[in-house]
Amino acid sequence: MSVSSEVDVHIDASGVIKKLTDIVSKEAVLYEAEDLHPYECDGLSVYREIPLAVVLPDTIEQVQAIMRLCQQNNIPVVARGAGTGLSGGALPHKHGILLGLARFSGILEINPKKLTARVQPGVRNLSISQAVDQFGLYYAPDPSSQIACTIGGNVAENSGGVHCLKYGLTVHNIQQIKIVTMSGDLLNIGGTGLDSPGYDLLALLTGSEGMLGIIVEVTVKLLPKPEQAKVILAAFDDIVKAGQAVGEIIAEGIIPAGLEMMDKLAINAAEDFVHAGYPTDAEAILLCELDGSNEEVSAHIYTVSEALKNSGATEIRIAKNEAERLNFWKGRKAAFPAVGRLSPDYYCMDGTIPRKELPTVLKYITDLSEEYKLAVANVFHAGDGNLHPLILYDANIPGELERTEEFGGKILELCVKVGGTITGEHGVGIEKINQMCVQFKPLELTQFHAVKAAFDPLGLLNPGKAVPTLHRCAEFGAMHVHNGQLAFPELDRF
Amino acid sequence: MTTDQSKLLQEQVHHAYENNQPLNIVGGNSKSFYGNNITGEVLKLSDHSGIVEYEPTELVITANAGTSLSEINQLLDSKNQMLGFEPPQFSAGATLGGTIACNFSGPRRAYAGAARDFLLGCNIINGKAEMLTFGGNVMKNVAGYDVSRLMAGAMGTLGIILSCSVKTLPKPEAEMTLSLNCNENEAINTMRNWAQKSLPISATCFYGSQLFARLSGTDKAVKTAFKNIGGEAISNTDLFWQSIKEQQHEFFLTDKPLWRVSIDATASPLKNKTCLYEWSGALRWFHADENDTSLIDYAKSHDGHATLFKGHTQTENVFQALPDGLAIIHQNLKKSFDPKGILNHGKLYSGF
Repeated sequence: MSVSSEVDVHIDASGVIKKLTDIVSKEAVLYEAEDLHPYECDGLSVYREIPLAVVLPDTIEQVQAIMRLCQQNNIPVVARGAGTGLSGGALPHKHGILLGLARFSGILEINPKKLTARVQPGVRNLSISQAVDQFGLYYAPDPSSQIACTIGGNVAENSGGVHCLKYGLTVHNIQQIKIVTMSGDLLNIGGTGLDSPGYDLLALLTGSEGMLGIIVEVTVKLLPKPEQAKVILAAFDDIVKAGQAVGEIIAEGIIPAGLEMMDKLAINAAEDFVHAGYPTDAEAILLCELDGSNEEVSAHIYTVSEALKNSGATEIRIAKNEAERLNFWKGRKAAFPAVGRLSPDYYCMDGTIPRKELPTVLKYITDLSEEYKLAVANVFHAGDGNLHPLILYDANIPGELERTEEFGGKILELCVKVGGTITGEHGVGIEKINQMCVQFKPLELTQFHAVKAAFDPLGLLNPGKAVPTLHRCAEFGAMHVHNGQLAFPELDRF
Repeated sequence: MTTDQSKLLQEQVHHAYENNQPLNIVGGNSKSFYGNNITGEVLKLSDHSGIVEYEPTELVITANAGTSLSEINQLLDSKNQMLGFEPPQFSAGATLGGTIACNFSGPRRAYAGAARDFLLGCNIINGKAEMLTFGGNVMKNVAGYDVSRLMAGAMGTLGIILSCSVKTLPKPEAEMTLSLNCNENEAINTMRNWAQKSLPISATCFYGSQLFARLSGTDKAVKTAFKNIGGEAISNTDLFWQSIKEQQHEFFLTDKPLWRVSIDATASPLKNKTCLYEWSGALRWFHADENDTSLIDYAKSHDGHATLFKGHTQTENVFQALPDGLAIIHQNLKKSFDPKGILNHGKLYSGF
């Protein structure tokens, strides 16, 4: 699927490429078709586009010069880290430059006393924790792609992970960033203290999906590794009971470090793939990690086990040692590729709901699965209500991708209806741009566009992503008439 | 009881917008000392109050901006929960909206997070009298820019907060506070050493020759940590931390202007000035004249910032000046929310 947007451009491509090679070395500018193909999509491969050129700078000055060149010539810029994003946020623009930041891969400073690490944006998430392990520290946000995804991309998407109920998202775990604006200015955002004067631009930039600036440096906060971490695996014969058990654990006054749920299809897929020892006859399992001091973990293990029993768990296993703990997690962390083995393609959704709505949403997903004749495996960050239904489909069957997208769109719309959101951690990108029209009213979308214009008045950074135009919403609304009422009746139709 | 005055407030803002009338947004009037002194027609938020929704097992409370913190704390307490950022109430009238607008957090901030970290979403009226909703009441939400967090600390200059949803936390099973004798340099080092270990510390403070640390968690975990750290247990934990966060401690009892320095927690002490430390060393309080630039210089030399927090008469420069590039972004953002500059104009920075 190709989606390129609406920036009005008349670009002299060879002239631009020549100017780019004046800024970076010749090898750092890719423009031949065969060199561009690897960059045509990110982790959401159903959307593909070939950019005008890929540029791979390795200094901040080069990024500044590239941005000035693009601003002067009205050229769109799309930033890319490792390209692991799941919402098409790094999908290239056909008239634009794809700015690859992978060469910014240095850890600049680790300061165990300050509990910070200053890193370049292309540093992989997991490599931060590996580098600071010698000091007994770690970086808390751990998206499942942490082996490959970069910290710059994590900031752009406000990535989460399995531990964010207790330790927060990226926005809670960074202290300072440097960005280059579309006009080429280098700005330092945040500070060395716990806050900074003026507006909270650090929060605004985090999760802004490459729409406001290019992240060229990140100072992350580090945490001491907990003395103890234990995992409980609980099996249920009914997925709704598993959902209720989550509420029971919270009601006991415990915030687990991680609280994950998988349904039968996901359990079996994971078990076949990595042999984690999961109970394959269960309708659902919960994985509950508790961490802290030895005393605290012992007390909480007991309380949580009791809460799980009272919620009707059919089996409770406590990992006996670190090897078993990692094995319990191995199945969960491999859930996506495991489900990928069941079907030629799968489509991963990312809605978040108030947890109490889980039975309603699950029933709806089951009903839709039958209606669309497409199987769904459910993997949830249960503690924070973030759902990842994986819809199984075959892109080679004509029309099946379109039906999958329609099915997924309906799930997201229900998430909004029950008080949740269309995306908990993967971002809007290009994928959920239509559902933004469901979650936000025209005035709110207009305010978002005004916020973008405060940073990027020409609209050259990642155009067409994250925030839909009102026209787009009007067209989408025309296709989705709810209860006989047309969305956005105040707008012209095209 | 919930009183929804959002329509009325919207009409008032609309009227001000039409007439280019600057507005001075007032909640419980408990923090009127904070920020640049401004003039403007008072827009009263205290009557727009009440808890809209509270779901203990979802760890979320939603309340109208004028709801008092004491009402919220009382309700949360009844379910054994709390606001994790432990906000101060400088007087009984302190409201949720004002607290979020100022991004005020208490002793637990360095260990649990600030007001902005717990904010999940809010309804606002921008300077064009448009009622807008950003964020929501779920823990994870990355749809659209994080405009709700942008409201935290914006002091009403971008929008009038009508209601907000904040994450709640369970109250710890046990708490105690220990004190150790040491000097200023030793205190900074000790707090840093603690921060590098997995200890159940939830607050720290140093003043004079005493370093205080609050331990929170399960009964056993607190006792074990106390045994490992040592020191003397103090008898009035809650009152002590209240006196710090609400500034009734003897350090604060003077008429001299109060400066707040937010800084690298490892920064060496400022010579020849008495200081009260919080937040593991990252927050430092001083008394100095309002024209004294030494604290700004001190903060800047450690890449931090100084604020003339209380007891000043100034109409500008209460907050440390922004670098040029950031100032332009600030002005652009202000224009995008409040093109006529009617919302708390000048409260944060003169000119917007």
